[in-house]
Amino acid sequence: METAVVPKVKIQSLDLYYGQNQALYSIDMDVKPNSITALIGPSGCGKSTLLRACNRMNDLIPGVRIKGSVNVDGINIYDADTDVVSLRKKVGMVFQRPNPFPMSIYDNIAYGPRIHGIKGKRVLDELVEKSLTQAVLWKEVKDRLHKTAMGLSGGQQQRLCIARLLAVEPDVLLMDEPTSALDPISTLKVEELTDELKSRYTIMIVTHNMQQAARISEQTAFFLNGILVEYGKTDELFTTPKDSRTEDYITGRFG
Amino acid sequence: MKTSQANVVTRRNRMMDRIATIVLWVIACFLVLLLLVLLGYIFINGLPHVSWSFLTSRPSSSVAGGGIGPEIFNSFYILFLSLLVSLPVGLGTAIWLSEYAKPGKLTDFVRLSVESLASVPSVVFGMFGLLLFVQLAHFSFSILSGSLALSLLNLPVLVRVFEESIQQVPRSYREASLALGANKWQTIWRIVLLSALPSLITGITLVAGRALGETAILVLTAGSSVSRHAPDFSLDVSGGTLSVQLYYMITSAIVPDAKQIAQGSAAVLVLIVLLFNLLIGIPAKILQKRLTGGQ
Repeated sequence: METAVVPKVKIQSLDLYYGQNQALYSIDMDVKPNSITALIGPSGCGKSTLLRACNRMNDLIPGVRIKGSVNVDGINIYDADTDVVSLRKKVGMVFQRPNPFPMSIYDNIAYGPRIHGIKGKRVLDELVEKSLTQAVLWKEVKDRLHKTAMGLSGGQQQRLCIARLLAVEPDVLLMDEPTSALDPISTLKVEELTDELKSRYTIMIVTHNMQQAARISEQTAFFLNGILVEYGKTDELFTTPKDSRTEDYITGRFG
Repeated sequence: MKTSQANVVTRRNRMMDRIATIVLWVIACFLVLLLLVLLGYIFINGLPHVSWSFLTSRPSSSVAGGGIGPEIFNSFYILFLSLLVSLPVGLGTAIWLSEYAKPGKLTDFVRLSVESLASVPSVVFGMFGLLLFVQLAHFSFSILSGSLALSLLNLPVLVRVFEESIQQVPRSYREASLALGANKWQTIWRIVLLSALPSLITGITLVAGRALGETAILVLTAGSSVSRHAPDFSLDVSGGTLSVQLYYMITSAIVPDAKQIAQGSAAVLVLIVLLFNLLIGIPAKILQKRLTGGQ
């Protein structure tokens, strides 16, 4: 990138293998702070894999090997002495399907703070309200905080998951197709929410929906078969793509 | 020509469907009927003999009019003690198998052992308990020996139902928890076990119901006589339970009303198991509803 901003996340010559299969080929990518970076590409291109490499969720899959580095705030998260727990507190994740815990709305939000040692009821109450307000859900749920979160609609559940993440006060939000299971109106609400959040957080979002990428992101990265084909400002990438493969993809010739 | 053939096929399919429906209904009705006959027989013969004094008084060895008070107490006491041992061990094993164990020879071996143990007849466990606890460890025929042997019998079944319950918890809950910076233990303790709780409770109920009626293993380890004062919490006294009492009344008792006592005991035993299932099953349902909002 031409701007001289210090990148929040810096990915350097990252190779990733699932057993014998290589899923990512020498990815180099700088992610700007306080903005939205969209990762697009056809299914199986490695965009979700790259996202999960940024908070080491891939560790949970047996047989994953990684070469290269991912730096968050200048520190390589694959260093031997990295504390995965504090990494994931700092780099949080929202999943494709809303996955609230089978407990009350309040307990869902308070789960993160509680495991990180916050106990006082007053502090927790404030955190819950603040997080739900940030996630634009407070008004809808403030009268049913102690009812189960499973009774919310899909869109509300996804915003609850975002609120749950905000409650642990991360710096980076990784979103793995957060709206693919939602209806258009809920999708719009989540998009508006991400737009509001970008001033305070660094957001990386994987999406299958190119309109969505164009609508909400400042930078877009296009992946194909584990290779980062093109990465640049969203409006430039969508109007004047440099690579013919990018052009073919965004004009709908494949994928 | 073709259409008439198709008609025949359609008609035949429809008839098969109707026959299958009828046959399945008949089988289901037969089962319900069997259950009603069985319960009816037990209750009609047994309940008239059940009275407050029958439920609370001590058994008599020679004259009529003995009760089953200490036996009822021993049934629950031995069940409680055996669960005290088998619940933590069973839960621990199930957690290890489903969350920690890496797929491989050792894990397969442990799982195979658990499954084989679950199908060993209880009388074999009884013999094992007799050798190990009663004779080798000198616990004699006592509540302690009986509880330990019973917990051995329950253990493999508990491990299996617990492991199944834990594996039913969606992977996405674990991922969400880990992605919030929880470690593995926090995730298991606060998310996985909580979500599995209703089915864990159901599993305990099943095992406990079976254990309440267990006879052979207790005849060989806990003995058949009961302490002179009741309730007696000491571990080293002989602890005849309700089902053991039932067995003795039928096979070798010399009291004149042995048959009535046996029938009354049977009715009480069935009632206890039914109540026990209800008492634990209903709160489990409510809990399930509170957790998931009835979905």
